[in-house]
Amino acid sequence: MSINLLAALAAMLTVATPLVWAGIGELIVEKTGVLNLGIEGTMYAGAFTGFLVALRTGSPWWGLLAAILTGVVAGLAMAVLSVTLGLNQHVSGLGLTLLLIAGCEFTFRMLYAGGRPKLDDKFDAWLSDVPVLEQHWLTYVAFLVLAPGTWWVLRSTGLGYRIHAVGENFEAAEVAGISVNATRYAALAVGGAFMAIGGAFLTLAVLGSFTLNIINGRGWVCIALVIFAKWRVWPVVLGALIFAVTDALQLQLAITTAFSDVPREVMLALPYVAVITALAVWGRKVHYPGSYLKAYRRA
Amino acid sequence: MGMQTRRTWRHRALAGVAAASMVVLAACGGTTGEETTGGGGEGTEDLPLIYGVFATPLEEPWDGAIHAALQSAVEDGTIEYKHVDNVNTADAMERTLRNIASSEQPDAIMGDAFAAEEAVRKVAAEFPDIPFAFGSGEDPVEPNMSVFDNWLQDPAYLAGMIAGGLTESDVIGVVGAMPIPEVNRIVNAFVQGIKETNPEATVKVSFINTFFDPAAAKQAANAHVAAGADVLFAERDGVIAAAEEADIPVIGMMVDQEEEAPEHVVTSLIWHMRPTVDAVVEQAENGPAAVDLGEYSFMNVGGSELAPINTDVVGGVPEDLVQQVEEKEAAIMDGSFTTPVDESAPAGSIDVSRQ
Repeated sequence: MSINLLAALAAMLTVATPLVWAGIGELIVEKTGVLNLGIEGTMYAGAFTGFLVALRTGSPWWGLLAAILTGVVAGLAMAVLSVTLGLNQHVSGLGLTLLLIAGCEFTFRMLYAGGRPKLDDKFDAWLSDVPVLEQHWLTYVAFLVLAPGTWWVLRSTGLGYRIHAVGENFEAAEVAGISVNATRYAALAVGGAFMAIGGAFLTLAVLGSFTLNIINGRGWVCIALVIFAKWRVWPVVLGALIFAVTDALQLQLAITTAFSDVPREVMLALPYVAVITALAVWGRKVHYPGSYLKAYRRA
Repeated sequence: MGMQTRRTWRHRALAGVAAASMVVLAACGGTTGEETTGGGGEGTEDLPLIYGVFATPLEEPWDGAIHAALQSAVEDGTIEYKHVDNVNTADAMERTLRNIASSEQPDAIMGDAFAAEEAVRKVAAEFPDIPFAFGSGEDPVEPNMSVFDNWLQDPAYLAGMIAGGLTESDVIGVVGAMPIPEVNRIVNAFVQGIKETNPEATVKVSFINTFFDPAAAKQAANAHVAAGADVLFAERDGVIAAAEEADIPVIGMMVDQEEEAPEHVVTSLIWHMRPTVDAVVEQAENGPAAVDLGEYSFMNVGGSELAPINTDVVGGVPEDLVQQVEEKEAAIMDGSFTTPVDESAPAGSIDVSRQ
């Protein structure tokens, strides 16, 4: 039995990257009291438009920009539905996900029926000769800029207090002169951009191609991570790492002689079992944001 | 108060419009293939109408292979063809089939029944005059339900011989969808092929438990590379990207994938559905039957093949290995060699010498 620990750690960081981007995007949105179930579709749309624009322009940078814009638009669409119209957040979010995935698949088929287009130029890994650190720049940004930056903003800035006030008690926030709806709009736009970057990471950095079902439930994993983290930044990162390292290790263990005959299903379930166990241990007595799932109407 | 009521009304109206347009748009993405792709011009009326009813989107390679074969029959002017895809639940399959059978009265219906075996058989029994030919893991049913499957063990065996001949580390990695019979027999035949050219080899087999998740498949392939594999078999999408990064040869699947990575894809297993389609067209013309059409996917009837060996691949392909594979291919074609069929689930790590 041989496990390549360095390879497992490298895989952990790569697998966790889209979860960290999208998970933190969802966290920012949920901190204002909005549950954005459009996350799966937003990641999908980011992966698709990012790929499409990178393919047409020949540059992954334009692709990334397109993905960010797509995420902003998806976030604003969710804002129109759940903030301006005050619709049920579950229904709006799931509807948005269905719409975005179907729209991308429809467009993909119209443009490339049956084809398998591939990017000539995708983001390459940095430090490709260094074990573990051979990662894409978006991975570095996720762990070294996005996570600490979001943590600092939420904890120590006026903007962070504003988000917190809206999420906990929007009437009090409005009395204090904070625009609840503007704050939610902004959070949905920024959060949407981060989700889309998480999706685009798969097409622009990991694969260099787009296929159907590319997100395959990673958005839903992020929803669970945010609850697991009790709406705190570092536990989201930790949860993503636990999920990713379990996944990387099970892939390696399953092909060793020792674990060769363990049923596949058991091995494949391990990452989910790890997250559920972590939820059961640390995730009890969850305190939801006070205005969670509520639409704000000025009296 | 009046103001308040009016505003609420406007909100509700807007919400209604938004919801309705989302439903309409979402529906657009699902089934898009109702267009008629008949042979065109006169004579179309006389051609048999074959209806394709697919559980997955056509981009999924399995149903894509059936669709491609039906389209090639359209181009040859032998059939008229309509299709729907992404009929992804058993009840939707049942309703769709019944609607099509009763309102379109096609001369035959083809598709995949893996996710809706009972539903397809139920509707087939209601329309005994229409031949039903479906990809299925179960038996045909009298009088009109035929089955087929992708029996790719022949090219899989040949690909295994190449993988065994190319590996220097004596470790070969396979990434498959899930341990189901059609995947198992391909992987097992691949392992038998490896054994013929390299009895010392170890084969590592991963499953991603879904038909489509290229990022997960790539991760699984990376784990094989970390475990020492220097040749990969991409039963699923995503593995070729890993082979490119590791700069090692890889074997593709379903269609010739050489273009995707010309320096790394050494060959591919190809499924040709056309012989199966032609057999179904014959039923459409001469009346339904209940037969297992599986043999129409065998290599010796042109139902499958190994793509041309790409000798420009990284590390090259030795001349004598190519010759060995060609000899075996000839033996399969003339019937002097029959690839063994084994549908048991392969282990995660296989010591070829003990097989």
